[in-house]
Amino acid sequence: MAVTKVVMPKLSDAMESGKIIKWLKKEGDKIQGGDILAEVETDKADVEMEAFGAGVLRKILVPAGESAAIGALIGVIAEPGDDIAAVVASAPTGAAGAGSGAQKTPLRPEPTPAATAGAASAAAPSSRPAPVVPAGASVAPAARPVPAAPAAAPVAAAARPAAVVSAPAAVPAGLGQGGRVKASPLAKKIAAQTGVDLRLIQGSGPGGRIIRRDVEAAGSGAASGAAAVAAAIPAVAGAEFEDVPLSQMRAAIARRMPLSKAPVPHFYVSSEVAMDHAWELREQLNALEGQPKISVNDCVIRACALALLKHPGVNASLQGDAIRVYHRAHLGIAVALDEGLITPVLRDCHAKPLAQIAAEARDLVERARNRKLRAQELSGATFSISNLGMFDVTEFSAIINPPEGAILAVGSVRRVPVVDDAGLGVGRRMMLTISCDHRVMDGAMGARFLQDVKRLLEEPLRLLV
Amino acid sequence: MATHKYDVVVVGTGPGGYVAAIRCAQLGLSVATVEDDRPGGVCLNWGCIPTKALLRNAEVVNLMGRAADFGIRLTGFEASYPEAVQRSRRVADRMAKGVEFLFRKNKITLFPGRGSLKSKNLVEVKGPGGTETLEARAVILGTGSEPKSLPGVTIDEKIVISSNGAVRNERHPKSIAIIGAGAVGVEFADVFASYGVQVTLLEALPRIVPIEDEDVSKELTRTFTRHGITVKTGAKVASVKPGGPGAVLDLGGEKLEVEQVLMAVGRAAKVTGLGLEGIGVQLERGFVKVSPTMETSVKGLYAIGDMAGAPLLAHKAMAEGVVAAEAIAGKSPRPVDYGNVPSCTYCHPQIASIGSTEARAREAGRDVSIGRFPFTANGKAVALGDTEGFIKVIADKATGEILGVHIIGPEATEIIHEFAVGRTLEATLEEIIHTIHAHPTLSEAALEATLAALGQAIHI
Repeated sequence: MAVTKVVMPKLSDAMESGKIIKWLKKEGDKIQGGDILAEVETDKADVEMEAFGAGVLRKILVPAGESAAIGALIGVIAEPGDDIAAVVASAPTGAAGAGSGAQKTPLRPEPTPAATAGAASAAAPSSRPAPVVPAGASVAPAARPVPAAPAAAPVAAAARPAAVVSAPAAVPAGLGQGGRVKASPLAKKIAAQTGVDLRLIQGSGPGGRIIRRDVEAAGSGAASGAAAVAAAIPAVAGAEFEDVPLSQMRAAIARRMPLSKAPVPHFYVSSEVAMDHAWELREQLNALEGQPKISVNDCVIRACALALLKHPGVNASLQGDAIRVYHRAHLGIAVALDEGLITPVLRDCHAKPLAQIAAEARDLVERARNRKLRAQELSGATFSISNLGMFDVTEFSAIINPPEGAILAVGSVRRVPVVDDAGLGVGRRMMLTISCDHRVMDGAMGARFLQDVKRLLEEPLRLLV
Repeated sequence: MATHKYDVVVVGTGPGGYVAAIRCAQLGLSVATVEDDRPGGVCLNWGCIPTKALLRNAEVVNLMGRAADFGIRLTGFEASYPEAVQRSRRVADRMAKGVEFLFRKNKITLFPGRGSLKSKNLVEVKGPGGTETLEARAVILGTGSEPKSLPGVTIDEKIVISSNGAVRNERHPKSIAIIGAGAVGVEFADVFASYGVQVTLLEALPRIVPIEDEDVSKELTRTFTRHGITVKTGAKVASVKPGGPGAVLDLGGEKLEVEQVLMAVGRAAKVTGLGLEGIGVQLERGFVKVSPTMETSVKGLYAIGDMAGAPLLAHKAMAEGVVAAEAIAGKSPRPVDYGNVPSCTYCHPQIASIGSTEARAREAGRDVSIGRFPFTANGKAVALGDTEGFIKVIADKATGEILGVHIIGPEATEIIHEFAVGRTLEATLEEIIHTIHAHPTLSEAALEATLAALGQAIHI
């Protein structure tokens, strides 16, 4: 009876498009709500996509290996007898209409807009996504001289990946066709008052409409600071060099990092921590049977979480015209992968004992490496930690992951000559460097926070109480 | 004894049950229903519908009484109460037949008799023609509720009556005490007073219609008192004993002698005799505990309507019926939004409300702005000669979120829905004021009350 559109879901804050790795159901399969339909590669991780409707998977519109913008129609679930022609006809061009190479005379009115858009896409010289024309809509877009004016194409709801470079169309979550944000009046007002950018939120109302609870959830820490900027990368392949297509993750990093480094005025504060006691304690703890192994990083996580509670000004982010101060410490833990990095979130670290942090962090990192993170683990950090200790790095500084207000860079624990009252000796030292958003906090705040982290690590029994 | 197999068996055909059955049938499921009374439940047969017919009679009687206001001079008229009750029975019969028709149209089988669960998917029906067993993939229970009484007071439906007796009795008493001033109590107070019965309305709480906004209670008290109804709030009924013209009530020192007593202190879920205990269905404060998709603690067994918890309203039951049906059919229904259920009372003037009262909004710590508009300033109400009451809009000061709306006045129960839709769509005051309201209508008062909340009312 009901025809359910399967659309590319928004699986993380920064996600703008997703690539179908494989379909786990094929056309004709019976589907129940909750069934896993496909595996999707997002900018952050591979995520399983659940079905919302029940019926039969009648049509797959985006085959494995291809990408689609969030919100784009990628399949149709319906009862066997239902007529799905209209829904399929409204699909983004690449999937439905590609292949017809016939180029229409630019200015001639075209009776079937969807087909024309498909043809235009196939003919377009760049990787610009084709404009989406709703079936039955006015023919105006098709009447445009398409090949000559790709830049004039309206924001597309679907990405048509080109052969060489996959340049996902940047379609913010709440944007419907034509660039209108689908949000309730109340959601708009609350967003305006709390500085939440509606374009970055996925709506949970009917048809993806953003409603109050979505804005409130975003306001409570899940909001992403990334602006919606189209990243059209020229697709030029020559004999003298090779253009390696950006992976989803690399594209996201490339897009997001300038959005941090350019608009966020970073400042850095460094401090050296004597790790002798922490090292000793760790060895004692790890000698206990039946206890999870505790790493230096686990100690740093615990120390940061405790210090953040004491210094809420550091556990904060700029939200339009207000600074949002968090009362819980959700720590993003940077994990290096072959093709980039990912920062899964360990929630409520302030309320978890060291052993629990150790166990959960290990599980999180392992799943991040296997790209098996759950969607909710990809967003919502209030502070991040990046540890390059395993690479014998003395010290470094990290780029803030907006909208967080700060990030801590952790170097290796090194054995170095130290001078104390007893004279010259050997000690274990570790460099910490915090990068802070100067719009949110000042140098002294960062320094005081760091001082506390240092004290907690130098008197590590404090981590256990 | 035969066993019949269905996809779904619905026990109880009140507004929750019959809607659930039809929705299941629409979704392609085979459906049987079980009913030990007539299809339509209390709502159609003994509650909502027949009382609305009686209240319409009361309205007509009152209008006749003030015909002179319209320049119509009557030389006396006779209002026959038995005929009013007979009319209300005809109305109820017609609606019940309507449900039977809808069952036939949707190929839903009706099993007359009392249903009880033998297991989570076996329903035994003890009917006039013997016992039948129905087997189902899923069972929906919607057995409703029944009137409660005060401790130590038995409802005999002669001296001490419930709403069940009140809608059936073709003879009205000379005097009646109504215990409980919720929707049922004030509606019958209006009906009886209109037919010349001496009505004493007793409420234990400090005000009548206690779940409504305080201003609404005050307005109704004023109107009722003017219509000759004795309103006693904070009244504790110590005992009800036979005596005098029928019963003597002890109100803690004060004695009240009346011919009849109408017990309207609330309703209790009907959860006994259904076999719930045998299959381990969890209850919570006398109601069946359900999930957001109306599933009980037993998988595949659903409960909807009055038995599944407050508010005990037919329209809430219907909404739950749809959710249960869609969940059974494998859809993902939107759960019922219990914060947005309109509440309607059909006495004169009518009362309708949605969302928070002013007091509750303030208790919740909201910074509110209040808009009020009286029907005396509304052209249509003046033309109708029906100007009692007002509309009160409670909004969040910062965002304009519509926190609650309270209407007392003509057709209040029809006007409320623009605010219900508005709240579903998360509209704010601004969307209401930018919606053109036709002139002259009672709904203009809704617009004006909304404007008033922004300090912009035009017509006052």
